[in-house]
Amino acid sequence: MADQVYFEDVKEGDAIPELRKNCSTQQLVIWAAASGDFYQIHYDMSFAKSTGLDNIIVHGALKNAFLGQLLHDWVGVAGKVREFGCQYRGMDYPNQDIVCRGVVTKKYVEGEQHFVELDVWTENPQGQRTTPGTARVVLPSRG
Amino acid sequence: MAESVVTDAMRAAIGVEGPPTIAEVTASGIRLFARAVGHADPAFYDEAAAKERGYRGLLAPPGYLGTPVYRPGGRDPDELGQRYEIPYKRILNGGTTYEYMEPVVAGDVITSRSRITEFRERAGSMGPMLITYRETLFTRQDGKVVAKMRGNIINY
Repeated sequence: MADQVYFEDVKEGDAIPELRKNCSTQQLVIWAAASGDFYQIHYDMSFAKSTGLDNIIVHGALKNAFLGQLLHDWVGVAGKVREFGCQYRGMDYPNQDIVCRGVVTKKYVEGEQHFVELDVWTENPQGQRTTPGTARVVLPSRG
Repeated sequence: MAESVVTDAMRAAIGVEGPPTIAEVTASGIRLFARAVGHADPAFYDEAAAKERGYRGLLAPPGYLGTPVYRPGGRDPDELGQRYEIPYKRILNGGTTYEYMEPVVAGDVITSRSRITEFRERAGSMGPMLITYRETLFTRQDGKVVAKMRGNIINY
C-alpha cells in the first residue's frame, strides 16, 4: 500500500489516486457467489439478451465495492471509510476498463475527528461516469 | 407519464420495518468477497494482520455485511414483508450507500432490518419505472448498530 495520507496533505479539488478495474466474466461469477446476487443478467448472455440487454453487465454493487476499495486503499491503515455509495446510472460490461476516481470536495474537523468528503465515481472507456457517488472518510492528523 | 402503479397497499408499506434477516460474517465469506473485488489489504485475508492493526478479527471489506443464512425453499413473500404486487417484471439495482459506525469482523452475526422510505415513479429511457427507496440497519450480536445502508431498486 501507498504511504499514509494525512488530513493536512489534502485540499478541496485534489484527485485521489485512481483504481483501474477490468472484469472478466469469471470475476463476475466470483462476485455473484461472494455477494449472493445470482441474477443471470450478470453471467448468462442468452438470459441477458432476453431481457433486452446487449451484453452481460457488471453488477452495480461490484462497482460500488470497487469504490470502497478505492477509498480503503487511499485512507491507509490509519484512516477509516465512514460512508460511501453511488447511483448505478450506466451499465458497464466485462473486459472493458472501469476506472474508479475520487475528488476531495470538503474537509473539516468535528470533535477529535478529521473528516474528508469526496465525489467518487467509476468511468467507462468513453469517459462517462456510470456510477456517480459520494464518500466521507476519516484521516489521521499530523496534530 | 403512465398511470401511477403506487397502490394503497404500497403506501401503507412505507416506514414499516420488515422481518429481520440474519447474516454471518465468516472468514471464508470475507476472503471470497475481498477476492471478488480484488482487494490486496492483508487485513481481509490474514487474521493476525488484522489483529495487529487493532481489529477484533479478520476485517470485512467495505460493503460486506455477512452472508445471509440460507434455508432451502426460500422465504415466502409474507415472511419477507412484501405484501404488494408490482406490474413491472424487470428489475435493476439503482444505487447503494453504506455508512459505517463500527468495523465488522469475522465472527460477527449481523441482524438487518429494512424499511421502505419512499416510492418514486419516472419515465425512463426504458419506459415507465418505479423506484423503491429502502433503508436497512445492521445490528451486531451485542446490540450495537454497526452500519446503515440506503439503497434503491428500479422496477421497469
